[in-house]
Amino acid sequence: MTYTFTVSITRKPGLSDPEGTTTKKALNDLGFDAVSHVSFGRTISVAVDAPTRDEAVSQVEVMCEKLLANPVMETYTIKPAS
Amino acid sequence: MTIAVVVYPGTNCELDIVHAVNLAGADTEMVWHRDTDLSGASGVVLPGGFAHGDYLRTGAIARFSPIMDEVSRLADEGLPILGVCNGFQILTEAGLLPGALVANRDLKFICEPVHLRVESTDSVLTRAAVVGQVLSIPLNSYEGNYVADDIDRIEATGDVVLRYCDSDGRVDGSTNPNGSTNSIAGITNDARNVAGLMPHPERASEGILGSTDGMVLIEGFIASTELVTV
Repeated sequence: MTYTFTVSITRKPGLSDPEGTTTKKALNDLGFDAVSHVSFGRTISVAVDAPTRDEAVSQVEVMCEKLLANPVMETYTIKPAS
Repeated sequence: MTIAVVVYPGTNCELDIVHAVNLAGADTEMVWHRDTDLSGASGVVLPGGFAHGDYLRTGAIARFSPIMDEVSRLADEGLPILGVCNGFQILTEAGLLPGALVANRDLKFICEPVHLRVESTDSVLTRAAVVGQVLSIPLNSYEGNYVADDIDRIEATGDVVLRYCDSDGRVDGSTNPNGSTNSIAGITNDARNVAGLMPHPERASEGILGSTDGMVLIEGFIASTELVTV
């Protein structure tokens, strides 16, 4: 069975996020005064062949820890692709 | 005594570092990233460039190149290891140096000489320099903005070896070109045998380049390789 997941990777709070800071300022400059925070991340689609969904999730977790995210500066979430 | 210079697909500063190290009197050997043997090397340099296209994150793919198991093993044994620019990014991804490098504060690629203040001489990179010495060395990076989730520990243990400053050695927000936390330009590991910096000392190695300030770092690294017996 092939399971497909969307991995979302985001910068840890408090660490420098120049894209987020710059985009927030641009939104504020455009009049969106209510915007208090913008942060950037990336999404990665991963399809895995595994006997069960749990086994597939476990594999993607290992992938995140090892390669897809950098634990020094990023956190990740794994969700089934819709 | 030979210093190994690791070349990945996308590395583009290997000839510059080889030239500068040779100028300083040491032999070099370029090693392909798929090789697995660095026996005989007295030190290892990971040069600048865009290893594996910098895909995913800078250094993220390169840290899993076959040669990296050997680099990690030698780092554990105390061999001097130096990462310049992309090489620094690879060493952080590999966990051989603390922290990480993200996009510059102003989202611009910075290619210009910057001033650096030597913070510590207790590293294979800065051992020939003097604390407080100001060096003018070119920076050439987009992801040169140093971050760390344990910055207090890094500062407390004296891992910071170089900070961005002005020509008088003053460090403040106005002398920080890329937004690096605490103006950090170069760091070492707790064992002091692995070091990395974003600026390119090899591009300040001859008068014709506008500065020879990088040579005190390269000569210090070479001197470090002469002291180890692994």
